[in-house]
Amino acid sequence: MSNATTATVFDDGELARIRAGFPILTRTVRDGRPLVYLDSGATSQRHTRALDAERAFSEQVNAAVHRGAHQLSEEATDRYEQARATIAGFVGGATDEVVFTKNATESLNLVAYGFSNSVAGQDKDPRLSLGPGDEILITEMEHHANLVPWQELARRTGATLRWVGVTDEGRLDLDGVHGPALGELLTDRTKVFAFTHVSNVLGTVNPVRRLADAARSVGALSVLDACQSAPHLALDVADLGVDFAAFSGHKMYGPTGIGVLWGRQDLLAAMPPFITGGSMIETVRMEGTTYAAPPQRFEAGSPNAAQAIGLAAAIEWLQELGMDRVHAHEQALTERLLAGLAERPWVRVVGPVDGVDRGSAVAFVVDGVHAHDVGQVLDDQGVEARVGHHCAWPLHRRMRATATTRASLAAYTTPAEVDALLVALDRVPDVFGVAS
Amino acid sequence: MDLYQELILEHSKRPQHAGLREPFEAEVHHVNPTCGDEVTLRVHVEGEGADAVVRDISYDALGCSISTASASVLAEEVIGRTVAEAMVTHEAMRAMLTSKGEDPGDEDVIGDGVAFAGVAKYPARVKCALLGWMAFTDALHQAGIDTNSTTTAP
Ligand SMILES: Cc1ncc(COP(=O)(O)O)c(C=O)c1O
Repeated sequence: MSNATTATVFDDGELARIRAGFPILTRTVRDGRPLVYLDSGATSQRHTRALDAERAFSEQVNAAVHRGAHQLSEEATDRYEQARATIAGFVGGATDEVVFTKNATESLNLVAYGFSNSVAGQDKDPRLSLGPGDEILITEMEHHANLVPWQELARRTGATLRWVGVTDEGRLDLDGVHGPALGELLTDRTKVFAFTHVSNVLGTVNPVRRLADAARSVGALSVLDACQSAPHLALDVADLGVDFAAFSGHKMYGPTGIGVLWGRQDLLAAMPPFITGGSMIETVRMEGTTYAAPPQRFEAGSPNAAQAIGLAAAIEWLQELGMDRVHAHEQALTERLLAGLAERPWVRVVGPVDGVDRGSAVAFVVDGVHAHDVGQVLDDQGVEARVGHHCAWPLHRRMRATATTRASLAAYTTPAEVDALLVALDRVPDVFGVAS
Repeated sequence: MDLYQELILEHSKRPQHAGLREPFEAEVHHVNPTCGDEVTLRVHVEGEGADAVVRDISYDALGCSISTASASVLAEEVIGRTVAEAMVTHEAMRAMLTSKGEDPGDEDVIGDGVAFAGVAKYPARVKCALLGWMAFTDALHQAGIDTNSTTTAP
């Protein structure tokens, strides 16, 4: 999937136009240094079109959505539902398969809580009920958001949690070089297989279709963490063959407080609600309640309507830009960064060292210097990268790193910013007196 | 960079009193959940209450230069002192680190601890500098020393 492009696809003029949509990129940090923002994997900057859409909605249309029959409420509901349709189009799903949440973490919990204890009885869908003897499969490269909810589900139901390991290179150990192979882990005991599309640390792009097909072949449901793919490459849930996909608006040029769960219609229809209350009901009597059809069933309470509309605006901007071009641009920059790091033998990249099946998160360690200290030297020069374990602690343990420094790129990242990181990095060995 | 004073770099490269030793009354393990820094720390105290003397602080620190150097300075400043004196030093360190740069620190009270004054300007790093101190006070509690009654002692 990665053609080794040498030229960046966005030329200087186009990059300047892209960056003009992100006013924050012109600010300075730490005593007047230009901001070099390389932490878009944690949260991206927000496009003015997303902000404008939020503001226009709030100034002209704001009213409770799906509640009330006055004109404003109708218009607000209409905008909110249009936003849903835009997002459905972006991922290649049907509109009523898109559930708005607060963030990907909530989306993943919504799915995990949709599974329940098989011994608790009632008329549960067998695909969604779990008990002792059943298995949940995840991977060792998951973000805590796609790890802890599954540990908790195992604890609640007595099911067993298993995981696919990671190779030294930072790929899923599907062939069982270091531990069990996928074929041994994914069996007819497996009820659900949850995995990330792109690792937020290693950058590894996983073979989603192969994993989803393997899950389906044993009757397990597949859950995709699309946080680090939705902003960077063209997503098509039908092509990918997964049953659920989750992502966050704030990582794709949209607002915070809005996330998405896409789920196959028949599965959402079979799933119990996660959070209950207003707006998710069909009828309510003192004796009991019946629930609305999806997606409303999963959107209890007043939603973040303005933020949903802001996210749709960000997505429209991305669609105009073209996800293929965004991907090609980031790919070229990633290769530039990897090549620069390779020239520095005192740096070890944690994850694939070439651009093949690789996203634009690049984590690394500097021999003899803790990531916090590396990050501090970068920050002092205006280069904002992330340090720590990036909410993937088991993965760091596996890669034998206490913490890493991570640069993550975006559509607005320039080749000059990649070079600025490399130059800033060269100060690290001097400050800490380690060999370079 | 004013954050990385020579003293900090020296302590982080050659941490004083590092390693875990016997005897000890309590051992604690503290982590900084945002970055994964860890410290295992033991205290050996003799005596009771505020007059108890800290005979040894031994530790195994896995972390950034700030947290490692801070554990080293802690051990250097506190070993051989009474718990009451240690608490005065701790309080002065904490006050300096959380002052956002207003309090430069008093060398007579915190010794090499003054090298950490620059950390106060980087709120994200204050936790690193306090990790060892938090572990130390926790270890005293676990060893049965009531540090609250000692903080106000002269
Ligand atoms: C791969 C991955 N999964 C899940 C998440 C969780 O996203 P959020 O914190 O927006 O819920 C993140 C980002 O932090 C991520 O990078």
